[in-house]
Amino acid sequence: MGDIVLQILNGLDKGSAYALIALGLTLIFGTLGVVNFAHGALFMLGAFVTVTFTNLLSFERVTLSETETTAWGSPLEIREPVLQAWFGDFGLWLIDYSVLVSILVAIPIMFIIGVVMERGLIKHFYSRPHAEQILVTFGLAIVLQEIVRTFYGANSISQSAPDALRGMMDFGVVLGFEPGMVPYPTWRFVYFFFAVVVIGGVFAFLQFTTFGMVVRAGMADRETVGLLGIDIDKRFTFMFGLAATVAGLAGVMYTPILSPNYQLGMDFLVLSFIVVVVGGMGSLPGAVAAGFLLGILQSFASMNEVKEIIPGIDQIIIYLVAVIILLTRPRGLLGRAGVMED
Amino acid sequence: MFGSKISDTTTLILFVIVVALIPLLAAPLGAGYPALMQFFAIFGILAIGFNILFGLTGYLSFGHAAFLGVGSYSAVWMFKLLSMNVIPALILSILIAGVFALIIGFVSLRRSGIYFSILTLAFAQMSYKLAYSVLTPITNGETGLQLALDDPRILDSARTSGQLPTPNLFGLDMNATRVVDVLGLEVQLNFGYFFSAAFLVLAFWIAMRIFRSPFGLMLKAVKTNQNRLNYTGVNTRPYTLAAFVISGMYAGLAGGLLACMDPLAGAERMVWTASGEIVLMTILGGAGTLLGPIIGATVIKFAEAKLSKFNEGVVHGWFDFLPDGLADVLTWVVAKFVGDGWHLTLGLVFMLVVTFLPGGLVEGARRIGGYLGRRGQKEDLEQLGSNVQGGKTTAAE
Repeated sequence: MGDIVLQILNGLDKGSAYALIALGLTLIFGTLGVVNFAHGALFMLGAFVTVTFTNLLSFERVTLSETETTAWGSPLEIREPVLQAWFGDFGLWLIDYSVLVSILVAIPIMFIIGVVMERGLIKHFYSRPHAEQILVTFGLAIVLQEIVRTFYGANSISQSAPDALRGMMDFGVVLGFEPGMVPYPTWRFVYFFFAVVVIGGVFAFLQFTTFGMVVRAGMADRETVGLLGIDIDKRFTFMFGLAATVAGLAGVMYTPILSPNYQLGMDFLVLSFIVVVVGGMGSLPGAVAAGFLLGILQSFASMNEVKEIIPGIDQIIIYLVAVIILLTRPRGLLGRAGVMED
Repeated sequence: MFGSKISDTTTLILFVIVVALIPLLAAPLGAGYPALMQFFAIFGILAIGFNILFGLTGYLSFGHAAFLGVGSYSAVWMFKLLSMNVIPALILSILIAGVFALIIGFVSLRRSGIYFSILTLAFAQMSYKLAYSVLTPITNGETGLQLALDDPRILDSARTSGQLPTPNLFGLDMNATRVVDVLGLEVQLNFGYFFSAAFLVLAFWIAMRIFRSPFGLMLKAVKTNQNRLNYTGVNTRPYTLAAFVISGMYAGLAGGLLACMDPLAGAERMVWTASGEIVLMTILGGAGTLLGPIIGATVIKFAEAKLSKFNEGVVHGWFDFLPDGLADVLTWVVAKFVGDGWHLTLGLVFMLVVTFLPGGLVEGARRIGGYLGRRGQKEDLEQLGSNVQGGKTTAAE
């Protein structure tokens, strides 16, 4: 029993990332009708916003000690983060929590990147075939990841979670198991919680605000909303920015789990696309459900017991599920009729 | 070549001449070495094959690299088990890739549009992941499949000596190169290149026949409006499946040829970005045209070989004539686009092409040609116009 709970938990963090990216993809697809192959790159950009921000925060000031000397007789160099010198303990706290604090920075940056992308490039591709949308965003993804590579190199850059959230937590105790049965890294739990909040926020925004209502109306029938005198394009641009922000935040919070490198986006993109297709193109709940489902399935497939029966299943389970779903339920799990069925 | 004015036979003859002269033409550009010229030919074949599927039917496959990888593996296995002769290796790689394409195509072609792309992508990623994990006995995992001295090689075991044999065509070594001096240029005539080039010409000819055949016309109809075809009672599936299999076999041939030039095969040939590269080549050159994909493949492979070699020192050399500060700034900027960063250039060029020139380089050439031609025609028209006016005036009189 403990094992099963553990596998479900293990699937949750990957599933959360899939769900967040897939949610953004679906938002863009549902509103603008654009297949965005650069969405993984936005996830990657979010991760690198954190990397940059942490680097900035932990900028060090070097002073020469007046009293102490090194073994060679020269004055000892004291390295001290500038923030600590300015703010003392609060500065240290900022550095420790840099991943969480960088969320605040990432939101405006990712939103602006998203809006610029939509106004600068995607806008011109609305009336063009889906194949060309895929191709141009694929090109954009290459450009974005290469830009990141020129500045950060090809190696993964590790980020650490805040001290307090770094260890393991005994999740089993919460559910009434023996202590020590279900050890789970605290940060992954934080990630899951964060994902739920973001997803809930997006749904609430769409469901309970006037703006969200208009957007939903636009998703259902763009022309009619336009005829009612609402500038739907502007709202859709905002939604693109929102989708970019969601993907970026997913990347920001993922950095302590997986050290980001410039190819991070491509790896996640393929999987998120499959998540979207499995969930049903254009269905937001479908994307979220399929994200968690596939994450959990994948973690079950990597159990040794399963691998003994079907070797290699952990590597291909997601693709296999996608193939089966596409062939048996062409619209995906929760897809609406008439979406992309040309 | 770019219009209907030139007949197919002339195009083919011109094509053969250009392909045969590549060693001479590429030498002044510094691209006349065997490995690169072989790439021109092999990736040309790959792009032609992809174009038969994408250019004609409009089905965008994002998993074509899988067939390339399968072809390579099959060829290397033939080298290991049977003989170093390339003929059985190529036959097997085409066949196996064809079988793979039949299976994947049969399943994937049940859906169209973006779903088809995702399905092919899923299958290619499955092949890639499996090649790395469970199928290690067949693929040798991360190391890649290589020749070994103790391979059985049933047919030429007698000839195996102390060193690894090289692929050959009835004794003619693929790596055999003769350097000829033409007007002070070192022209390298490599057997492997001419061997691949022969296949390129064959592939081009077959593609041309397909483009002009009723079968090709049917494929174009699928691209234009599949619904209408279905309504008129045509079952399009056999046609698209045939195109998919042919296209897969082209990729298998290309993979086999890659293994013939350098007998090793690795799973990284199947990763989805490799499939993306095939798409890039075809689009850059011009999807749906005969020559476009070959031009695209050549341009990309040439740029890859050239741009990735420049480093900051070389770039700084270009700007030496400028004042120091300006030269440093320019060097810093330009260096980002060459060397390791050449993918950035590729991505940018690709975006520009898709945005402004969806028909690729061939359409660009046609537009320039059309522009020049129109200027000629305009004068004719003006003359014609004045004649007509003249006629009117005479009639009025």
